[in-house]
Amino acid sequence: MSYLEVNDLKVHFPVKGGIFGRTVDHIKAVDGVSISLEKGKTYGLVGESGSGKSTTGRAIIGLNNITSGQVIFEGEDITNVKRTKSEATKNIQMIFQDPYSSLNPKKRVVDIVSEPLRNFENLTRKEERKRVSELLELVGLSPESILKYPHEFSGGQRQRIGIARAIALKPKLIIADEPVSALDVSVQAQVLNFMKEIQKELDLTYLFISHDLGVIKHMCDDIGIMYKGRYVEEGTADDIFSNPQHIYTKRLVAAIPDIDPNKREEKRKFREEVKTEYDQSYNDYFDEEGLAYKLQPISDTHYVALPEKG
Amino acid sequence: MADKLLEIKNLTTSFRIKDDYHAAVDNLSLTVNKNEVLAIVGESGCGKSALAFSIMGLHTRAKIDGDILYRDKNIAKMTPAELNKVRGKDIGMIFQDPLTSLNPLMQIDEQIGETILLHNKEMSKSARQERVLDLLNKVGIPRPEYVMNQFPHELSGGMRQRVMIAMAIANKPELLIADEPTTALDVTIQSQILDLINKLKNEMNSGIVLITHDLGVVAEMADRVAVMYAGQIVEVADVKTLFANPKHPYTRSLLNSVPSGNEEQDQLHVIQGIVPSLQNLPREGCRFSARIPWVDDSAHEKHPELREVAPGHLVRCTCYKHFSFPDASKEEQHVLS
Amino acid sequence: MWKFSVRRTLIMIPQLIVLSILIFVLAQLMPGDALSGQVGPDVDPKRLDEIREQMGWNDPWHEQYGRWMGGILQGDFGESFRFKMPVTDLIGQRIVNSFWLSVATLILTYLIAIPLGITSGRFNDTWRDQLITGYSYVGFATPLFIFALVMLWLFGFTLQWFPTSGSVTPGLEPGTFEYMMSKLYHLLLPAISMALITTYSTIQYLRNEIVDTKQKDFIITARAKGASESRVYNRHILRNSLLPIAAFFGFEITGLIGGSIFIENIFGYPGMGQLLVESITLRDYTVLTATTLLFGVASILGALLSDIILSIVDPRIRIK
Repeated sequence: MSYLEVNDLKVHFPVKGGIFGRTVDHIKAVDGVSISLEKGKTYGLVGESGSGKSTTGRAIIGLNNITSGQVIFEGEDITNVKRTKSEATKNIQMIFQDPYSSLNPKKRVVDIVSEPLRNFENLTRKEERKRVSELLELVGLSPESILKYPHEFSGGQRQRIGIARAIALKPKLIIADEPVSALDVSVQAQVLNFMKEIQKELDLTYLFISHDLGVIKHMCDDIGIMYKGRYVEEGTADDIFSNPQHIYTKRLVAAIPDIDPNKREEKRKFREEVKTEYDQSYNDYFDEEGLAYKLQPISDTHYVALPEKG
Repeated sequence: MADKLLEIKNLTTSFRIKDDYHAAVDNLSLTVNKNEVLAIVGESGCGKSALAFSIMGLHTRAKIDGDILYRDKNIAKMTPAELNKVRGKDIGMIFQDPLTSLNPLMQIDEQIGETILLHNKEMSKSARQERVLDLLNKVGIPRPEYVMNQFPHELSGGMRQRVMIAMAIANKPELLIADEPTTALDVTIQSQILDLINKLKNEMNSGIVLITHDLGVVAEMADRVAVMYAGQIVEVADVKTLFANPKHPYTRSLLNSVPSGNEEQDQLHVIQGIVPSLQNLPREGCRFSARIPWVDDSAHEKHPELREVAPGHLVRCTCYKHFSFPDASKEEQHVLS
Repeated sequence: MWKFSVRRTLIMIPQLIVLSILIFVLAQLMPGDALSGQVGPDVDPKRLDEIREQMGWNDPWHEQYGRWMGGILQGDFGESFRFKMPVTDLIGQRIVNSFWLSVATLILTYLIAIPLGITSGRFNDTWRDQLITGYSYVGFATPLFIFALVMLWLFGFTLQWFPTSGSVTPGLEPGTFEYMMSKLYHLLLPAISMALITTYSTIQYLRNEIVDTKQKDFIITARAKGASESRVYNRHILRNSLLPIAAFFGFEITGLIGGSIFIENIFGYPGMGQLLVESITLRDYTVLTATTLLFGVASILGALLSDIILSIVDPRIRIK
């Protein structure tokens, strides 16, 4: 049994239509996703906008309603557990994309970081202050910043405040939804390094959601590629980047700009080839609705969405 | 010698904050040649967008000093009426976010048509529509006769950016300014848009100023690169030199902080401190010195200037000669071929 | 768009039903009835009870409501106790008067608001903007009834430029040109007074829309195309800023209702607002419920109008 196990997760949003606003259809934002994540590892969930990767993360932590499927954390089914004040809420925390809008601008740092503490632990004001100072020190901010407001910090510092809030309850699993997408490269480096450091220090497990394959490759042990709510491929970082099997993954990997200008022409040609292959073999890899098939194992770690044989 | 298209001389663009003017672009000189992609790289707050807006005369509340020479005309000194004859005709611009940059209440044909109309007053409406259709075809929009009558919100992000590009190239400009054209797009769409810009460049022989923070995009697209920090250019070189033999500490730090995926390193390089805000920009000495405090003060020049270290390769300040990363082993993994 | 309009109209039906029940129940809850104060103390209370029984006033409220609604649906609002005539006849001419007063006020409101809002928004934070904003603050702070009294005193009594009461000079033949001019003449001063005060919200709304639109990215795009400043304003900024104003139109109607109650009473203008106040002071319940209901219906229709206008002018909603 894995540390976090997601079985055949589906999140469907109703589409209202007609004169009476009845539910006429469903958007299958997440349509049968299974993840199994080992303790202390980082699992990368990759996809383009609208692929359902963020919805998956939000459903696991209980921010989106789950249509069907199971979420099992530390052997306990938390699919439909009321998330207020449960152990699961304490143990799973989230880091959001935009450090500018995910922090309440009217609250001081001490209030932002201590919010989860107030919900779960009965601390005196003094203890609370002490905990917040410790947390800020841990994320590399000076304890004096406790009384400042979010706008007084840079983007990277704000993301650290977001992280301080996320780790306040000593969670075991952190779902990071595009945590560095809004940041400049040097700030991004800061945050990524820091996330790696605290992972070791606090023995954290990450579900890392991103569209940036460079960041994913740097951070993750295992990777799942999503397209239109379904998995197209899953495997170790090496499986995905060195031996992509699904045509969609190939195209995604081919699209990453190479940082070596000498390989430019080569890269462009390769992209052309992959594009041609994509167009030609599209029907082999997607069903009539343009959705991915079920995952089939091609090695112990590597799964690809292919039509069933026969 | 390459064919000069745009020459910027001692450009200073300042914004008023409270009672003082602060230069976001500080005494900057640069040339753009015909049929070349010049990338301007830097992090947010370095002044690259302020530079792009200055070239187009789009600042409404900035003080602009210096010259921006476009074919012996000085854009920096033009009246609004003169400027309007150049913008959209000789110089086109592509913006970062195609959703907010298109008028939500105008159909696509009207938005593209407006650019044509403004510079071809005598053209008939049907000829204009014909041209719009042509342009939509050119930027690879499927079913253009249908898309023409749609509104921006009905299109996907990639399609919107194609519309934006169609608008920018409507009058076959000689110079195209692309301000973070793919930052808001998914990676597969990004590669398509970059390929499109490249294709159009070769067709029209235009010069392109590509503003970006993404070094991957630079490596894919640029012929020459100018690295900006704190309102100044700190390094200029052709793209291969810049990636293979970067000199300025800022360039090297940037290259080292990208998770390119080629390296085994666990930790990325972090540039110490933060990009200073406009009011707190250092105005004297080497502006990057505060971010590399371990380099001795004597390594920096008092008045750092861009100096040619090899043909076409310019670096500001002498500190690059004495610069190495605190953990020197890190950098080697980055030097390419 | 059709689907949207139909759905929006259907939503209105339960709104109307709830409104009518509310008004009916509130009227029932008011102390006393049409007989109280009407009859002398010497009348036998038993006789009163008989009358009440006869009129059906002792029936359960939902039966009374059913009768009332049934009548209204056939255009019968009942009989006024004071004027001893059908409420429908009483309302007839007044509703026309109120309608024209509202139209005139709306036209004047926009005539003032649009140029001032545009100037204020385009030249924001200059002396022109400050002057206009100053005016709208005065409009915001001045109570309508005081301003209307001052206008009446100044232009009506002192300068005698305008008539001081009524909706038409008595004795004119309806349908003639003089009759219509007289009508217009009578509603001009109340309409101007109301427009001058209530226009502030539209001015500020338009100003803020323009200031907002000015900073949008697509305005930069328009400039980058080589559009002149005047074209940027006319084609891009104004067009996008007027849209919410158009949508606000329906809600202006709601605002007018409140204003007309003061205005009609101060200027002695025989409209619905005056009738409402009269019916309250005279405890004329049938008239009161009828006027309140009509005002309520007008508000709901206003909101409906706003939504439909918005769905017509805004392509982002139109498509859905």
